[in-house]
Amino acid sequence: MSLADLLAVVIFATLNAYAVLAGADFGGGVWALLAGGPRKQRQGELIAHAIGPVWEANHVWLILAIVLLFTGFPAAFARLGIVLHIPLSLVLIGIVLRGSAFTFWRYGGDTDAEQRHWGVTFAVASLITPVLLGVTVGAIASGAVSGPRAPGPAFFTGYVAPWLTPFALSVGVFALVAFAFLAAVYLTLEAEDRELQEDFRRRALGAGVALFGAALLVLALSGVGAGAPRVRAGLIFAPWAAPLHLLAGVAAVVALAALWRRRYGAARIAAACQVSLILWGWGLSQYPYILPPDLTVAGAAAPAVTLRLVLGALALGAVVLLPSLYYLFRVFKSRTPVAPPTMPPARPR
Amino acid sequence: MSDLLAARSQMGVSLAFHIIFAVAGIAMPVMMVVAEHRWQVTGHAIYLDLAKRWSKGTAILFAVGAVSGTVLSFELGLLWPEFMRFAGPIIGMPFSLEGFAFFTEAIFLGIYLYGWDRIPPRAHLAAGGIVALSGAASGVFVVIANAWMNAPTGFELVQGQAVNVDPLAAMANPAALPQALHMTLAAYAATGFAVAGIHALLLLKDPANAFHRRALAVALIVGAPAAVLQPISGDLSARHLARHQPVKLAAAEALFQTQAGAPLTLGGWPDVDRRETRFAIDIPAGLSLLAFHDPGAVVKGLDAAPRDEWPNVPAVHLAFQLMVALGSYLALIALWAGWRAWRGADLAHDRWLLRAIVLAAPMGFIAVEAGWMVTELGRQPWVIYGVLKTADSVTPMPGLIVPFLTFTLLYCFLGAIVVWLLYRQILRSPEIPEWRGFYMPGGGSRERGDAA
Ligand code: HDD
Ligand code: HEM
Ligand code: HEM
Repeated sequence: MSLADLLAVVIFATLNAYAVLAGADFGGGVWALLAGGPRKQRQGELIAHAIGPVWEANHVWLILAIVLLFTGFPAAFARLGIVLHIPLSLVLIGIVLRGSAFTFWRYGGDTDAEQRHWGVTFAVASLITPVLLGVTVGAIASGAVSGPRAPGPAFFTGYVAPWLTPFALSVGVFALVAFAFLAAVYLTLEAEDRELQEDFRRRALGAGVALFGAALLVLALSGVGAGAPRVRAGLIFAPWAAPLHLLAGVAAVVALAALWRRRYGAARIAAACQVSLILWGWGLSQYPYILPPDLTVAGAAAPAVTLRLVLGALALGAVVLLPSLYYLFRVFKSRTPVAPPTMPPARPR
Repeated sequence: MSDLLAARSQMGVSLAFHIIFAVAGIAMPVMMVVAEHRWQVTGHAIYLDLAKRWSKGTAILFAVGAVSGTVLSFELGLLWPEFMRFAGPIIGMPFSLEGFAFFTEAIFLGIYLYGWDRIPPRAHLAAGGIVALSGAASGVFVVIANAWMNAPTGFELVQGQAVNVDPLAAMANPAALPQALHMTLAAYAATGFAVAGIHALLLLKDPANAFHRRALAVALIVGAPAAVLQPISGDLSARHLARHQPVKLAAAEALFQTQAGAPLTLGGWPDVDRRETRFAIDIPAGLSLLAFHDPGAVVKGLDAAPRDEWPNVPAVHLAFQLMVALGSYLALIALWAGWRAWRGADLAHDRWLLRAIVLAAPMGFIAVEAGWMVTELGRQPWVIYGVLKTADSVTPMPGLIVPFLTFTLLYCFLGAIVVWLLYRQILRSPEIPEWRGFYMPGGGSRERGDAA
């Protein structure tokens, strides 16, 4: 494996972490929008409580992916910025509204009307952003992010047509459903009482089934029109395709079965694996291209010295980050407090 | 509005917006940690209350800083793809390190804000300390990247391409130290005085309020030393400019002619067509003295560069004058407060000092914005000084006025809401009911009995 491949794998792993962690935060917003029934209020509170301490840390995975991308593969970053200017700008607006609305929701308004206002903004932004993220992934996978741009291509063909395709939109829908699925599964574990747990179990099961439908839609549309020939070919004919499908399928079934039998811990792991495997399927199918049809990982890579330094920094950074992340999740995502709250150390003077 | 101008404006608005939250994100954790430490040492409930109230405001500021920063990292590619294609491999390193610093910061901020009664007090304080350190580190790294744009090193230019790239040499560029130092101090000075100003205002109304007295003290402890050091560090920056970016210094000082014993120009309006500065006060040999510590030294003027490589001289000059004026005021107030405190006076009853501090509240932030205008406008027409023109690095995408207006509106909207929320949280209702279960019931119930 070359240095460039290694860095590409790391970036992909970063995106994977973003999808299974921050993705679920977006999904939580979706469920906040769809909250209903007798426990509507408590569902909202549970979601806010689950997202609060971790969303900023989860969000940084995206930033890490971006800085690694422009450091390691500047040509790919430049091309993405040009061709996908519109959907990426919309993603940004979604991210800004989601993050700030969530914070204002938690810390803002005293009145119910204000609270609702921010809650709705947060939820709607959580709905739209995953779709747009999916659309950008779909546009990349379909091979439409091609270069170089002729000077001044017609606006529509140059800047809209690459991503406004049925295939890219179907990937957007898939991303939304996947994030909602993850969120519902995780929330079954967050819920302290049984009724809430059942609420989210039902939602998770529904979303899990919908995810199958969305996957079929993506697969079908990858063959329609321009579609996504490379990904389609990879996902069906490549030597690794069968085992990967099998694994993803197993993960999906395990997730649903575990939900059914109320084994929420197992469901969480299986669901995260399922989404990750689907992502890696996409990545593998378009290798060696970082931006199909013409920009390869090797072709877009920065000079070796940069790659070496960045990989070294990543290794060092991981030594600090992974234990910190572990601590964060242990403090907030385990039922028992790490240490009981105590008095400040008494220091007589 | 041309696409290039729209792109520049969008970048400028985004950065000017982000920097406010970045500056608060660097300094607020320090103040929270000082307050919390005071609580742990003295057991005074007020300090705990202070740390908790500040941390609420910080949560809001940090979230807006994080999302606006995300916008920036994408905008580098959305607006300046050619710049990133060229610069990414050379200067991506500090951005990647910055990514790690953000990560650490976000993780421990989550722990700090939500962990009040989940982890032991010592661990909680340590989490705050890590937030403060990594906040400063992220600022330093991103400023190093910016410094490289001003003083590019670590590569060779062969037919428009960068070869022999050395990212470490790029990080060690000559502008890095002066800029990083000046920026970090600016963050402490600006935030410290802004917070001190708020509490000084409340003290003017209610001088006996123990809460505001302690808040004022902590804010000044963070802000005042930085404000005193700021002009010294600014002199370091100016001397760096004189050697490495003479055109920027000439624009900042409105010096049109290269000359020995160059005067220091105070105020005035640079008339670019007639190449002279009108209505200004000149201090003979002042600039030579400041820039080279030698009254006879030759300082390069704007005439050293071709006319089409001049930045917008009036804008840079005015921004520079504004920063220096505000910086001098802050340093004087800091010295005054320090002297009074050293003499054992009770600052909370010194009404003239309190008024002066209230006046200083917005000044640090204005100086930060003005300083960045000097740095960024003063670099034009280059995006990488002497290497790549801004006009050559902009995206070919047409219609950039639309995203510019959209993001500007978004930021205006967010800015108004943040101001309103902070106003309500900090000023209008100091007796906020505890936020739904976020605090221990009763808020102060964790304090030792002998407190207060
Ligand atoms: C609280 C904020 C603040 C205050 C009081 C000052 N500055 Fe400043 N200044 C900044 C905040 C700032 C800044 C916003 O942080 C800048 C922009 C880029 C940088 O590195 O720092 C800056 C840039 C900057 C530059 C340009 C550096 C470059 O382009 O590389 C110079 C020459 C000075 N400053 C000089 C001074 C002097 C002589 C001051 C005397 C009082 C002063 N500054 C006060
Ligand atoms: C946060 C404080 C900063 C402020 C207020 C600021 C302000 C500005 C302004 C006003 C412009 C437009 C200048 C013009 O085109 O006339 C600009 C451009 C730009 N800035 Fe900054 N800047 C800041 C920091 C940075 C940093 C830290 C970086 C990079 C690491 C950066 C990178 C750029 C780039 C790439 C451009 C566009 C190209 C150019 O116009 O030169 N800026 N900034
Ligand atoms: C001199 C200018 C800058 C300084 C001092 C600075 C500093 C900071 C600090 C301290 C934070 C922590 C978050 C907060 O406090 O709200 C932050 C956030 C961020 N900044 Fe900046 N920044 C600057 C300019 C930039 C530029 C030019 C970029 C992009 C290229 C950028 C990207 C980011 C990102 C992505 C975040 C979010 C990190 C998170 O989620 O925690 N910043 N910045």
